[in-house]
Amino acid sequence: MLPFILKRLGLALLVAFTVSFISFSLLFLSGDPAAALAGETASGEDIEAIRTLYGFDRPMMVQYGEWLFSAVRGDFGESYYFKLPVASLITDRLQVTMLLGLCGITFALLTAVPLGVAAAIRPNSMIDRLALFLSVAGQALPSFWFGLILIVLFSIKFQILPPSGAESWRHFVMPTIVLGYYAMPAIMRLTRAGMLDVLNSDYIRTARAKGAGEGRVLFKHALRNAIIPVVSLAAVQMGFMLGGSIVVESVFALHGAGYLAWESIARNDLPTVQALILIFSMFYITFTFLADVLNAWLDPRMRSA
Amino acid sequence: MTEDTLLEVRNLTLDIPAGGGTLHAVRGIDFDLKRGETLSIVGESGSGKSLTSLALMGLLGNSIKRSADVMRFDDIDLLTASRKTMRSLRGNRMAMIFQEPMTSLNPAYTIGDQLMEALLLHRRVGRAKARERAVELLEKVGITSAGSRLGQYPHQLSGGLRQRVMIAMALMCEPDLLIADEPTTALDVTIQAQILRLLVELTREMNMAMILITHDLGVVARVADKVAVMYAGELVETGPARPVFARPSHPYTRGLLRCIPQPGKTARGADLGTIPGIVPSLIGDVTGCAFRTRCAHAQPTCRKQIPVRGEVPHQFRCVHADGAISAERETA
Ligand SMILES: Nc1ncnc2c1ncn2[C@@H]1O[C@H](COP(=O)(O)OP(=O)(O)O)[C@@H](O)[C@H]1O
Ligand SMILES: [Mg+2]
Repeated sequence: MLPFILKRLGLALLVAFTVSFISFSLLFLSGDPAAALAGETASGEDIEAIRTLYGFDRPMMVQYGEWLFSAVRGDFGESYYFKLPVASLITDRLQVTMLLGLCGITFALLTAVPLGVAAAIRPNSMIDRLALFLSVAGQALPSFWFGLILIVLFSIKFQILPPSGAESWRHFVMPTIVLGYYAMPAIMRLTRAGMLDVLNSDYIRTARAKGAGEGRVLFKHALRNAIIPVVSLAAVQMGFMLGGSIVVESVFALHGAGYLAWESIARNDLPTVQALILIFSMFYITFTFLADVLNAWLDPRMRSA
Repeated sequence: MTEDTLLEVRNLTLDIPAGGGTLHAVRGIDFDLKRGETLSIVGESGSGKSLTSLALMGLLGNSIKRSADVMRFDDIDLLTASRKTMRSLRGNRMAMIFQEPMTSLNPAYTIGDQLMEALLLHRRVGRAKARERAVELLEKVGITSAGSRLGQYPHQLSGGLRQRVMIAMALMCEPDLLIADEPTTALDVTIQAQILRLLVELTREMNMAMILITHDLGVVARVADKVAVMYAGELVETGPARPVFARPSHPYTRGLLRCIPQPGKTARGADLGTIPGIVPSLIGDVTGCAFRTRCAHAQPTCRKQIPVRGEVPHQFRCVHADGAISAERETA
């Protein structure tokens, strides 16, 4: 198991390096950064002055090395728009987004996996139909619309949950449901399909032939094998939720990193965009790495891969 | 029915709902088995052998309808036994090994865990004791360095080794009855003989009854006490192995026997017989002899009720009083 982990870790670092280079080069791909900084009315001299001031005139690899070295220590430069250190700008918002993402994926897993298992035990039963209905509805319902419905119901009509902000756990209930519900259908259907497949396999028949009870057959013998693809999917979705929670963050006025990313792109605030891309990518790489390790623990055949 | 009868089955019938009606997969079969005896069920694939064994184990899917006049294991009525009773029998007093060693072990658990499971489920023993027993059985089935094998996973073993593990697993609780459903079909020819020899030795040593399912009559001749020839869900001929092989009475049994090479008699490269034709569909009403569509001696009366002929214990079902053996000699 240890050689596997080390190998995957090395791979993850390699990917991280590549991603960091790409996110750095964004600065140059999006045009002349000095001109962008100087603004539309600036003269050629102003632009040149800014170019030397920010060091854009030096070789790209030197700039990349410098940027990466600072980034590793948590220094992402200064935001063009807020004129504040990017790091301080990001920290709070990242916490909100992380918390929301973790709650969202947990909610999704805790509802989708049991539902998927129940649906697979009795295909075409009431519970299977309910699960199918929920998953179709989950895919058809746009997040912003679902979020608004919840606000109308729970904040306006029943007045039990606050419609916006991030001050207490109660502020996170509705965003969690909306974000989690978005990830649920895929997880549920993958669990159901996996369980159906595994429950028909020869080794499940062997377990029954040994006299194992239904609970043992389902949870010890079947679920462990059926859940493997779900782990990988959950990691991808978790990464996706961090970057893609903009809609949810906007609807509930949660000032998170997703919202910040969207704003910064609109304002051409490159240092902030770079930092966010780098951080989101690192999270994504970390989740994928953790999923690989978890899967290798679940399925010994993957350990040699 | 004598005292040492372990298993008694009368008129076992299995119906499966299918697209255009009901699939009569097993149609009223009878057999019984004494302690320590080996019964071999032979027949082409699709004749209902696996379903019969799953029915005994109580492992049929919910959609399959089972009925019988008698289905008794020792002093337990399998027809009325609760799920809990069946569970306490499986892996404990009756065990089964399957045709597909490559897929019959759980890929996520070690050989050791899977071996110990049945013992831990059915006996009040600790893990240390269970481990000891697992090592003992692995050695018994001829696996070297058994202790270190316990930590290995199924994908690290070859098919032959996996089937040995399956056998060891089935024997953990010293069952009274072992059902082996084509245990060697998926293995290399050289390994087939080893595995069979092992099964025979172990059943003798443990005084265990065995139902050995196979479509290889050559195997049966060497190991079985009794033979049941199954065709399209029916037993067409049953009896002690010796008379059945000496005087095969049903045309289908003789057809099967012609398909096996006989040492010293069959010339190298000589044509082995095959039975032309295919097994008829068992969906909807099935009347008369199911083999008539492939039988050289079929006649109009084969569509009617078929009498049981011969004397207990060697019996067969055929309209011909002698199973058409005289007719066959004439044409030969
Ligand atoms: N679960 C099932 N559903 C529908 N048909 C089945 C099922 N299991 C077996 N059958 C059918 O029942 C017949 C007997 O099958 P089986 O007992 O597996 O034969 P054998 O083991 O002799 O090859 C075959 O025609 C097979 O297609
Ligand atoms: Mg079979």
